Amino acid sequence: MQASGFRGFSERLGRQFATGVEDFGYGALLLAESLFWIVLGRWWQQPVRLQAMVKEMMEIGVLAIPVLSILAFANGAMMAMQGIYTLRDFGAESQVITGIATSVTREFGVLIAGIVVAGRSGSAIAARIGTMQMAQEIDALRVMGVAPVRYLVAPILVAMLVMMPTLTILSDSMAILGGGVVSMMELHISLGTYLERVLSVLEPGDIWQGMSKSLVFGVLLTLVATGNGFNATGGAEGLGRATTRSVVLCISAIVVADMIFTFFLIL
Amino acid sequence: MMTAMAQQADRPVIEVENLVTYYGRQKVLDDVSLSIAEGEIMVIMGGSGSGKSTLLRYLLGLHRPDNGVIRLFGRDINKLSGRDWMALRKKMGVAFQGGALFNSMTVGENVRMPLHEHTHLDENTMRIMSRMKLEVVNLAGFEHLMPSQLSGGMLKRAALARALVMDPSLLFFDEPSAGLDPVVAADLDKLILRIRDAMQVSIVVVTHELQSAFDIADRITVLDQGRILMVGSVDEVRNSDIPRVRNLLSRTSEEQIVNADEYLQRLTGSVD
Repeated sequence: MQASGFRGFSERLGRQFATGVEDFGYGALLLAESLFWIVLGRWWQQPVRLQAMVKEMMEIGVLAIPVLSILAFANGAMMAMQGIYTLRDFGAESQVITGIATSVTREFGVLIAGIVVAGRSGSAIAARIGTMQMAQEIDALRVMGVAPVRYLVAPILVAMLVMMPTLTILSDSMAILGGGVVSMMELHISLGTYLERVLSVLEPGDIWQGMSKSLVFGVLLTLVATGNGFNATGGAEGLGRATTRSVVLCISAIVVADMIFTFFLIL
Repeated sequence: MMTAMAQQADRPVIEVENLVTYYGRQKVLDDVSLSIAEGEIMVIMGGSGSGKSTLLRYLLGLHRPDNGVIRLFGRDINKLSGRDWMALRKKMGVAFQGGALFNSMTVGENVRMPLHEHTHLDENTMRIMSRMKLEVVNLAGFEHLMPSQLSGGMLKRAALARALVMDPSLLFFDEPSAGLDPVVAADLDKLILRIRDAMQVSIVVVTHELQSAFDIADRITVLDQGRILMVGSVDEVRNSDIPRVRNLLSRTSEEQIVNADEYLQRLTGSVD
């Protein structure tokens, strides 16, 4: 059965494609079922618990604040430094403020938030659900009459949809502040002047672009992380594979989705 | 006791008819039919790979049968709506092999969890109810421990308490004695008998331990390579003259009939 050369390649490609389609369908089902429980759970006497949602919001959102603040600040500062260095040749270094304001709110604020959440929660969620899967805890939920998606996925989805926009606002602010500190030193302007310039450049559409992306990222992160958890098999090694796969796929999904989004929003 | 059981036996709690299941292309269960009466302890016995765990998963409704019919409490599980399933599950308790307690909760929270999800009782009542069940399994006072702090036998008993907390009329127990020393295993067997006598409950036990099966069973189903070898009382199984049952009882290794052609084909790995 050793297929070689082109046949082997096309066979692998086909299998990969089939797996991709399968994963996509699985994610869509997961999303549909989560939304079902969020909307109709109470009516079915299976409500999505507020307590569980708050707990997830803490894990996913609040605990990510320190790391996210530092990363966003650093990123804003780097953009300012690179921008000023590049634009200096044209004598247009003060234009850096426009660049920072729009690119951070449209693009990088939400991207950094997404990557931080993917790194922290993408692995943690997959590991938690994967462990439960292997210890038959998911089966235990099902035979107890508790829908695993309602109990485990729906609270995460709600938490992501609340926390991703919130974290994006924080990330935007910290990145702009980071850019401001560098501008203060390099362009010799006050922070007040800098912020005034930023606000005069920004339009509601810029902010909206980042916010809408953050919701899409939240959904993607939930589905990829929980999906990888549910499908984990093969003991400790399998769990390691599932968490790694989860983080890699989370970040890839975010970046690719971001590109597609930007393409349609700008062009 | 036994006659009382026999009289109630007219309406089976579980009926399985001609169940055939596959794992990939491999047949796991082959034409399995069986029925379990009310108040009965049915032990499903078989070696590893006999299909007993698979059968249990189907009985629990974790898989839907493609071929054959499974009826729980007289209702075909393939025809149940999601909502009916949930109602039905409240009447079933399951103690999994490794306990399957939720690791992030204490023992007490684990036992209270079905009450939390399915009832509107106040916290205090739930606490009392969960303590009652923990008393039954001799785990009173351990409710504040985490599952990782329990021994193997205690884990199984805690799982049993969680399975009992909704007062089910059907209880499943997967490998109660696996991984336990003989004394603890015997204690658990006694506990199962006590629960059957104290509560009106039918019990399905899946095990590979002979002694345990003989001690607790009203009837035993012997599974081998996905087929039912026999269903009968403890004595009937003990005195069976079916060779494979005898092998299982006397723990002689099974001699597979060697087919020279097949053997060669396996070795050379030629694909058909």
